[in-house]
Amino acid sequence: MSVHHIRNRRTAGTAAVLGTALALSACAGGTDAPVGEPETPSEPVDLRMTVWTADETQLDLFQSIADAYVAENPELVSSVKFETIPFEDYTTALTTQLAGGNAPDLAWIFESNAPEFVSSGALVDLRPVLEGTEGYAFDDLVPSALTLWEDGDGLYAYPFSNSPFAMFVNTDQIEAAGQPNPVDLVADGGWTFDAARDIAAATAEKSGKQGLVVRDFDYQSWENLATVWSGWKAAPWSADGTQCTFTDPAMVDAMTWFHDAVFTDAAMPAPGTTADFFAGDAAMTITQISRASALDDSFQWDIVPLPEGPAGKQNVVGQAGVGVFAAGEHPDVAADFLAYFTNAENAEQLAAYFPPPRQSLLNGESLAAANPKLTSEQLEAVVVQGVEDAVTKPAHKNFAKLSETVRAELDALWVEDADVEAVLTDTCAAVTPLLED
Amino acid sequence: MATASAAVRRDWLVGYTMVAPVVLGSLAFVVLPLGMVVWYSLHEWNVLANTFTFVGAENYQRMASDPGLGDALLATVWFSIGLVVVNIALALLLAVLLNQKLPGTTTFRTFFFSPVVVSLVAWTIVWSFLLQADGGINGFLSVLGAEGPNWLRHPTTAMIAVVIVQVFKNVGLNMILFLAALQGVPEELQEAARLDGAGAWRRFRSITLPLISPTILLVSIITIVGSLEVFAQIDVLTGGGPGNSTTVLVYYLYQQAFRFNEFGYASALAVLLFLIVLVLTLLQWQSRKRWVFHEV
Repeated sequence: MSVHHIRNRRTAGTAAVLGTALALSACAGGTDAPVGEPETPSEPVDLRMTVWTADETQLDLFQSIADAYVAENPELVSSVKFETIPFEDYTTALTTQLAGGNAPDLAWIFESNAPEFVSSGALVDLRPVLEGTEGYAFDDLVPSALTLWEDGDGLYAYPFSNSPFAMFVNTDQIEAAGQPNPVDLVADGGWTFDAARDIAAATAEKSGKQGLVVRDFDYQSWENLATVWSGWKAAPWSADGTQCTFTDPAMVDAMTWFHDAVFTDAAMPAPGTTADFFAGDAAMTITQISRASALDDSFQWDIVPLPEGPAGKQNVVGQAGVGVFAAGEHPDVAADFLAYFTNAENAEQLAAYFPPPRQSLLNGESLAAANPKLTSEQLEAVVVQGVEDAVTKPAHKNFAKLSETVRAELDALWVEDADVEAVLTDTCAAVTPLLED
Repeated sequence: MATASAAVRRDWLVGYTMVAPVVLGSLAFVVLPLGMVVWYSLHEWNVLANTFTFVGAENYQRMASDPGLGDALLATVWFSIGLVVVNIALALLLAVLLNQKLPGTTTFRTFFFSPVVVSLVAWTIVWSFLLQADGGINGFLSVLGAEGPNWLRHPTTAMIAVVIVQVFKNVGLNMILFLAALQGVPEELQEAARLDGAGAWRRFRSITLPLISPTILLVSIITIVGSLEVFAQIDVLTGGGPGNSTTVLVYYLYQQAFRFNEFGYASALAVLLFLIVLVLTLLQWQSRKRWVFHEV
């Protein structure tokens, strides 16, 4: 093989890779006009909805609801397909599909990206179809749950999941370490972040495993730390999204607490260490109750609300929306399906994993009927009270860039001798231009 | 005459039919995408908002004031230098060692070549476990009584780790190319030099190196171009971090396009990358007359 040949091939290879990556032309034309009653298409259509869950029980539930819709509306749809995209790359893969002119009809959307998607015009206004669907009981939806997904009078996604963050605890490990049961501490009013840290550190020392894991954080997805810093009433930026607040005393205190819990107390896994609570690798984990489905009977566990921080108790919910893409082929049919998928009856079924934004279903009894793994007391304490006055994880119109920039800056914090205040000052310097964008 | 002309026509037809697949393939998958990337680079393209606005050279002007690009270029330079130097030196050393007529050399050649045929992502994922704070590498070091760093969490060690993972993945290919070249060095030249009293190092420097210089050129070009294309290793091992220490140009391009929806700016970066690869390759090609034996 000649040098010439190789060179040409390599150059061609580079060009082809870069070219094809970017040459997927977007040809779909969208509109943010509201959708109405679907006209019967000449042939029944196929709908596609992207989701990030790969849990087969959840997917089976979706499919059974979808199949019922297909059976009731054979002239509108011939099939509804749920396509799983891994959680880590979800939004990237979704925008790549959009760029390639291959928009799904419906998609789950992370709350962090909500402002970006809602304001972009990529999604259709669902309010007319949801309000207009007979028996939907739109007024039953909790108004505060919709705020993130509204722009003016339009509602651009339906918050199908309002899952409070809570603490799952491995009571076997905690008991073996002779530590107090968090459930008792909740009852006594002693359930604080400091108490959780001490129990985690002592249990980890005894078990040789890890203590407290903030699930999905992994020293990358920093927005998940909102479940911790909210106890200090800290936030990364002001409510209107224009001012950086990483340097506020509350945030400095919260991050100092977190840093020390990792590097001084060894209460949390250090960077580069993975530990899965549900596999029995850790004493406790902060995550959403929708993850309860990952639990089996291999150890005794319980679930308690988030601990109190110095600023008191702050509930945090993780929301996820489902929207209909204007660029999809059949937005009107997709919206009609969404109205069916999330009606009061189906919302009750979905409540097994995804606490719905419906007032009538947000009580321990209803949720327990759908949630065999959790008792109505647990659900009352964690879900019903957890949704009240809850904050969501950080969201911003410019979230993609903010997320990456903050991640890069906070990397300097995840070393033993980090100067917390200096790192947070640098973080604000880096994100301020993005907030002003 | 008529027969000759028919034969010419047939030759013409056969010839063009033979080259048609590669010509059409290149047009569809190389020339067209390249043209489209240049076209996209002149636009602001927001996938979410579905806007595609002509902005002229704005994306190129933006490069000048983008601090992230400077960091990415610097990381690319460090990565490329590290990779090229370590890869070529190690490949040549292994080739020389495995060119000896000793028992077991075939086994070692297979051993060093085998990573080349392993899936890149699988290879990188395995290394990501080995490189964890409590992973296999540090476990091995602790047996030796040394305490290893948290490889992927410090800027310097993260870059070293990414380079090493890439070197081990591809050094076997370069080793095989060097081996083939070494076996083409005539034994009689070595013999003559030996009779003239030349030592091993002198023979290597004055006979072997000049004779394998075309392969060194080839390997340098492949390795440099390859180093500029690195993506999967960065994505799996470090995600561009810690900080931006391992955000090389291709990864930066990917972030701009697929994370930040800046497809226009990313296309401009793709054009920049294309030009860098082109210029480097041309420079090497031009410099061959000075040091490649066959070109003298």
